[in-house]
Amino acid sequence: MLFGKTGRENLVVRGARVIDAAEGVDSVMDVRVDAGVVAQLGTNLETNEHRVIDGEGLVLAPGFVDPHVHLRTPGREDEETIATGTAAAAAGGYCAILAMPNTEPVVDSAAVLGSLAETAQAEAEVPVGFLAAITKGQDGAELTEMAELADAGAAGFTDDGHPVVAPGLMRRALQYSSVTGRRVALHCEEPTLSKGGQMHEGAVSAELGFAGYPSVAESLMVERDLALAGYERQPLHLMHLSARESVEALSRAQVAGVAATGEVTPHHLCLTDEAVRSLDSNVKMNPPLRAEEDRQALIAGLRDGTIAAVATDHAPHARHEKEVPFEAAPFGVTGLETAFPALYTHLVGPGLLKLETLLERMSAGPARAYGLDAPRIAVGAPASLVLLDLNASRRVAEDDFRSRSANSWLLGQTVKGQVRLTVAAGRVAYEG
Amino acid sequence: MEHKARRAEIRVMREDLLPPKEPPRRHLISIADLDREDVERLLATARSFERSLERELKKLPTLRGKTVVNVFYESSTRTSSSFELAAKRLSADTMSIKAAGSSVDKGESLKDTALTLGAYDPDVIVIRHPQIGAPQLVARYTGAHIVNAGDGKHQHPTQALLDLYTIQEELGRIDGLHVAIVGDVLHSRVARSNIQALALMGARVTLVGPPPLIPRGIEAMGCEVGYEIDAIKAADVVYVLRMQQERMAEGANYVPSLREYTARWGVTPERLRPGQKVMHPGPMNRGVEIDGAVADAADALIERQVRSGLVVRMAVLYDLLTHGPAGVQAAALHEIGAA
Repeated sequence: MLFGKTGRENLVVRGARVIDAAEGVDSVMDVRVDAGVVAQLGTNLETNEHRVIDGEGLVLAPGFVDPHVHLRTPGREDEETIATGTAAAAAGGYCAILAMPNTEPVVDSAAVLGSLAETAQAEAEVPVGFLAAITKGQDGAELTEMAELADAGAAGFTDDGHPVVAPGLMRRALQYSSVTGRRVALHCEEPTLSKGGQMHEGAVSAELGFAGYPSVAESLMVERDLALAGYERQPLHLMHLSARESVEALSRAQVAGVAATGEVTPHHLCLTDEAVRSLDSNVKMNPPLRAEEDRQALIAGLRDGTIAAVATDHAPHARHEKEVPFEAAPFGVTGLETAFPALYTHLVGPGLLKLETLLERMSAGPARAYGLDAPRIAVGAPASLVLLDLNASRRVAEDDFRSRSANSWLLGQTVKGQVRLTVAAGRVAYEG
Repeated sequence: MEHKARRAEIRVMREDLLPPKEPPRRHLISIADLDREDVERLLATARSFERSLERELKKLPTLRGKTVVNVFYESSTRTSSSFELAAKRLSADTMSIKAAGSSVDKGESLKDTALTLGAYDPDVIVIRHPQIGAPQLVARYTGAHIVNAGDGKHQHPTQALLDLYTIQEELGRIDGLHVAIVGDVLHSRVARSNIQALALMGARVTLVGPPPLIPRGIEAMGCEVGYEIDAIKAADVVYVLRMQQERMAEGANYVPSLREYTARWGVTPERLRPGQKVMHPGPMNRGVEIDGAVADAADALIERQVRSGLVVRMAVLYDLLTHGPAGVQAAALHEIGAA
């Protein structure tokens, strides 16, 4: 299901604080990788003439997994390619990513999927899983050939960018996708409520005059989809949650036994609609930044595990498309290269989230949500690692991005926490 | 948190904390850019100009050699003509550009238009645009002072200033007055600028209209909300907003029909109390949001608003281009015979 370069690296990371919550590990030690596989954990390990990386004062964790990336390929290679997007992912500490199918053409046939997989196999710096569309052309009318797509390697199904509007079709998608064993992931938006909306509906939109995109446009669809998943006893993944009511609905459904997971983006965890007062098109995204009470509910949901995963919703846009008045700008911001430092600075720094929890929600959490093998620091596991310098700061600058686009909400800000090394599928994918 | 800092950075338009290498460049983009002292100074300057216009020779030499460019991406009669006349009365060179509606959605062309206009080195660019934030964008790409003549549903600051001026001149004060704003607040930049401006000057503001046309959360701007038309009775000034026909298109469902809107929220003589002043930013839909008898009554200040527009816009141009140390300002006012 994952396509990209792999390696058989031999290396020893010496003296880092190794944190893998799932394995119950948090101690300073050495990690040896033989031929791309974790071979030994301990102190004063033999280097066996491997390359030695000094990890003293650094944190070594399982590599991050991003369940929500727009690689813009095929169709908008001016904004991102598989090579640049995965290079950005590697620089952000990711050892695997999932790419969305809302490309031009849409990934709705085995032919399109196959050609992407082939390109990724040769060019992707970290392994990529490709999600396929739920409906042909993401038109919300006819189901794609899900079984064939799964056989061709689809990592899941989504119409991301669009909701599946018709409840009857949504139900059929849940029913039919069960034969594939792949997850259905949903962008929850009730389109008649969000129609024309530019930002969260509230005091800020009232003052600025922007058409509002109310929270209930999301939470109403979340409630519907959870009800269908419960009825059909099918698992479901809810993408980029933004509203307090959505988190509450997800929590209630989980308690009731629905196998539903959720994800949240760094920008929804760090910013509120107050940021839109800048009129900066780099804080325009769908779903929109919401109120502080929503942000707090998202943080709480991530903390207690209701929300299993951090997802960047990395959405590159050409500069000229964002250099326009807010209403004319497309939705979306980049995030692969800034997710960890943003969350470390804004959530871990002020004590809103423990570092171990953040690391888990950026790695094992998203992997499990899609039924992928979680990266682990354990003997015999493929080496997928990230080495982090928590004390290093940097100013986020346009020129430093590996992504082909620079529409980041963090431009000009100083953030703490830098990726020093990313090992993905046994291969050193990034060193910084 | 950092977004607060960013907000401050964007909203402080005066840039007067920068090193004094170049003269300060100021813009009038939102009423939020102004403090009470700024408003009082602008209104006083407008009053001086009003007196100067009573003279036989109406033209003042104050802005000779300066260039004012008007760029209107939306149709406008009173705003564009009053800016043009204001600039001419101050002896500035003016140029008016009416952009075709078709290029509006192409944001790239706005940036390119700004760069093109900037090449002429204008002192002031007056811009009206259907999209929120267009004036900020133009400010980023030119060296000119920017005056927002209306950006989408966001702001129309000179309208609010001329309304303040009209109220001040006709009622003798603003502080402590009660103003009711009636109608389609949701789609109104005039309402947003006026709520801020009136609150800044100490007036009490009540919004009245059908619930779908009163934006959720607007109370945070410092106003009250009432849905019944009776709420206007308590006000000193009733400010009637234009009911925009295009908002009432079939299927929009903000109100079931114009007929029902008029029956329920139209400002008629019966709904007013004697002595209440009535204002409207124009153009009016007589018989829709405002009864013709109300518009033509002695208590209507609508024509007065248009006259105020000229002197207030003169004051804005003057203030942007000459406001500096108090001494310089006093000397300049002396020069026009108004100090």
